[in-house]
Amino acid sequence: MTVRALHAAAAEARNLVRFSRGRPGFLFGLGVVALTIFLAILGPRLAPYGPEEALPGVANLPPNHEHWMGTDISGMDVFSRVIAAPRIDLTIALVSTAAAFAGGVVLGVISGFFAGGHGIWGRLSSTIVRGADIFQAFPVFIFALALVGFRGPSIQNVIVALAFLNIPFFLRLTRGAVLHMRERPFVEAARCMGGSGLRIAFVHVMPNALTPALANLSPTIGFSILLASALSFVGAGVPIPTPEWGSMIAIGAPNMMTGQWWTALFPGLALGLTILGYALVGDGFRYYLDPVNRR
Amino acid sequence: MTGTPLLAVEALVKHFRLGHGRTVKAVNGIAFQIERGEALAVVGESGSGKTTVGRCVLRLIEPTSGAISFRGEDILAMTAEQFRARRRHLQLVFQEPYDSLNPRMRIGRILNEPLMLAGRGAPAVRVSRVHDLLDMVGLGRSFIDLYPHQLSGGEQQRVGIARAIATDPDLVVLDEPTSALDVSVRAEILDLLVDLQARLGFAYLFISHDLTAVRRVCQRVAVMYLGRIVETARTDDIFERPLHPYSRALLSSVLYPDPTREQERFLLTGEIPSPIDLPPGCSLYARCPWARPACDQSVPPLEALLPDRDVACFRAREENGIGTR
Amino acid sequence: MSGAKADGCVDALLEVRDLRVEYARSTGPVRVLDGVDLTITPGESLGVVGESGVGKTVLVRAILGLLDPPWRVVSGTVTYRGQNLLAQPEPTLRQLRGKDIALTTHEPRKHLNPVATIGEQMARVVQAHRQLSRTDARARAIELLRLVGIPDPELRLLAYPHELSGGMCQRVVIAMALAHSPTLLMGDEPTAGLDVTISLQILNLMRDLVRDFHSSLLLVSRDLGVVAHYCQRVAVMYAGQIVEVAAVPTFFAGAIHPYSRRLLRAAVAATSDRRGTLSSVGSRAERGGASCPYAPRCPLCIERCTREAPWLDRVAPAHWVRCFRHAEIAAGLEAP
Repeated sequence: MTVRALHAAAAEARNLVRFSRGRPGFLFGLGVVALTIFLAILGPRLAPYGPEEALPGVANLPPNHEHWMGTDISGMDVFSRVIAAPRIDLTIALVSTAAAFAGGVVLGVISGFFAGGHGIWGRLSSTIVRGADIFQAFPVFIFALALVGFRGPSIQNVIVALAFLNIPFFLRLTRGAVLHMRERPFVEAARCMGGSGLRIAFVHVMPNALTPALANLSPTIGFSILLASALSFVGAGVPIPTPEWGSMIAIGAPNMMTGQWWTALFPGLALGLTILGYALVGDGFRYYLDPVNRR
Repeated sequence: MTGTPLLAVEALVKHFRLGHGRTVKAVNGIAFQIERGEALAVVGESGSGKTTVGRCVLRLIEPTSGAISFRGEDILAMTAEQFRARRRHLQLVFQEPYDSLNPRMRIGRILNEPLMLAGRGAPAVRVSRVHDLLDMVGLGRSFIDLYPHQLSGGEQQRVGIARAIATDPDLVVLDEPTSALDVSVRAEILDLLVDLQARLGFAYLFISHDLTAVRRVCQRVAVMYLGRIVETARTDDIFERPLHPYSRALLSSVLYPDPTREQERFLLTGEIPSPIDLPPGCSLYARCPWARPACDQSVPPLEALLPDRDVACFRAREENGIGTR
Repeated sequence: MSGAKADGCVDALLEVRDLRVEYARSTGPVRVLDGVDLTITPGESLGVVGESGVGKTVLVRAILGLLDPPWRVVSGTVTYRGQNLLAQPEPTLRQLRGKDIALTTHEPRKHLNPVATIGEQMARVVQAHRQLSRTDARARAIELLRLVGIPDPELRLLAYPHELSGGMCQRVVIAMALAHSPTLLMGDEPTAGLDVTISLQILNLMRDLVRDFHSSLLLVSRDLGVVAHYCQRVAVMYAGQIVEVAAVPTFFAGAIHPYSRRLLRAAVAATSDRRGTLSSVGSRAERGGASCPYAPRCPLCIERCTREAPWLDRVAPAHWVRCFRHAEIAAGLEAP
């Protein structure tokens, strides 16, 4: 069993390598993803200065030999903070996206498979969809701010806010795929075999309906980083000294007026490149996962 | 003939509501029976309702009215739960070989599924049963690890058949099992179906638009047109001498791969009418070369013109030269 | 060298020579057509038979220059009235399509624009090669619809494709194809998905119209029965090549290529009630390479078949077979 799995993994890896050739965007994206993961693991260790350490007497220094990206208004080294931030951002993005994926897919399968039904499950399905509608109509910022108002700024709050935000997204993607799949003969065949609704929904239909959600994992991770930064920017995100690109931009933005461009520019660049990289990977994967292009 | 038939369908009606007060009258009062081990064909073109009949028998669609008894039990009176326990005795082979198999499951798992749902013993017992099934349909054991897309159309259909017989059903509904297959493979699959029936003794309800396909497999045929049965006969009899004008048209439309074969073409004019607006009388009225005004007044009943021959046509007796008795 | 030219001094209307078409995939190109040779003379109906996936639709589209990437014509010629169509620029081809060579597809409903009425689509077709006023175009459209047996054509002009049955859609497609009286009508499985009683009407219609217009008909089909009754000559395709060409009576009485014979036996078996023994044959074939593509499955395969590719050999004035052992088979010494 595991031997077969290893063979399959090796074949996939080979496919991926072949796929990446001639696709510079995808390679760039992969590079960005790899770099952010690397920094998430080792970033704080590699930082020349403590990411939350306010060094005395070196505030607002432009980029120089000792501080490659300069220092901010509190005397913290920008470079150290820029490379330490991925740990926070990636953690937030990965955890919230994983939670949104899991929740969204399950709800999407249920609401898709039982859509239009008459019994309890049918009503549950419509309720879920209505709920998603309401959620999506609700401005995420208000929701996040409300959470922060209740419980104070923290990484956990950001994760929860983002997870809730992204559930309807994965829900709709999966629901659409499920609605499509459930008309296929093999689903009817499963009914004929005596399968119960839930079993057919999760054992037969779900594996075939995951592709849209999977293809959108990477871009959602990138987008979540952006959102977390936006939340921090308005003060509803991570608490102040925590290195996080968005909050760094927030701190540095007023400085741009007075000519200290480095405190906001570097984290802004990092943020932009990261999101681009994740989106390109997502694009590539969407194309790669399409069964038409396989084999 | 003796004892209770395996499947008895009576006065089956299925209407689909379309909204704006329009209904598709797919099935309009069908009755037939199948004995244990028998093979009955239901033949018709699009709009005949034959596929709907098959789905109703399997309760994949709920009939509008009528009675269906299977193994002596009234299956329409059961709840979905109760019926689910009986599904193992009633199976279906689909028209689309590839689409009827879950593309993400290996063949072994596809065949294991019905066994597991029927509670058929320990995993080891099921594995051996899967091997047996593959042997029975002429596929090697190596197929267990393959995915459906790695099989040819004929092989996929064999898997579909293996899945259908996995739980030793009493009745197998065949929904156009060879229509999507290439001609070179059709005969093999039909032979396989005959073989399996001889060996395992189940009954067939063979739904098809192709009279020649059912010839190899079925002893009796029921011809459907716009939701009603217009003729029932033994297969050989209907090929020799079709009595209903629609049966005649169907048979004479067959293009045999033999340019020298002379065939008198009994042609119907026009298109098949829509099942939404059914005419008041015989549904073939507008297209039938034998039509008289009386035919449009009322629906002809299905009556026995000859022993073992039911025909629903006011003109059949006269046009076929059968005396009244 | 080899060619499927009809004997005699009749000039070919369309001649396909050694056509090779590839399909580009990330794992490498796949050869779909591997050297197809075909000839059609004016006024004749030629049937091209083969199983699904063999490349019949690709062939028909290649002739009209309708292949987009990832399909690619690798080599070969398609000569129509002296011109090689494959070397012509798109504007020239566009002039040709519909006017000289017309095509019907095996999915008529997909061929029609779902958001335009039949009238709009017919008008567009009718005005494609001719300047016509709106009233004239409408009149011509009605005339064509009546020609293909559509009742109440004036009403049908206002209908959308989804309101028509499959048979009606196919009639409309045929009407569009015949709008400019083409010299060659190519029908790609015109009765696929149609009911038996309707199919007969459609086939009779095509045959009559082609005869009335003095056009040629290239009928692509999986169904040998159709070819038996509606074509004068038949060409059998296997693995991207033509393996046998013969007149219909000759073919059905005594086809020579082992694959043709197998197809015939299967077709007869599928329509008869007699039980026969047919060995199981997979439908996938290897293509390209220096061997006969049918060798792996051929009961008459000899050593030569695995190291040399046979060519289309003339075995009789109008009969061509791609097999080294055709003489023995024809003499009845071997029965595949």
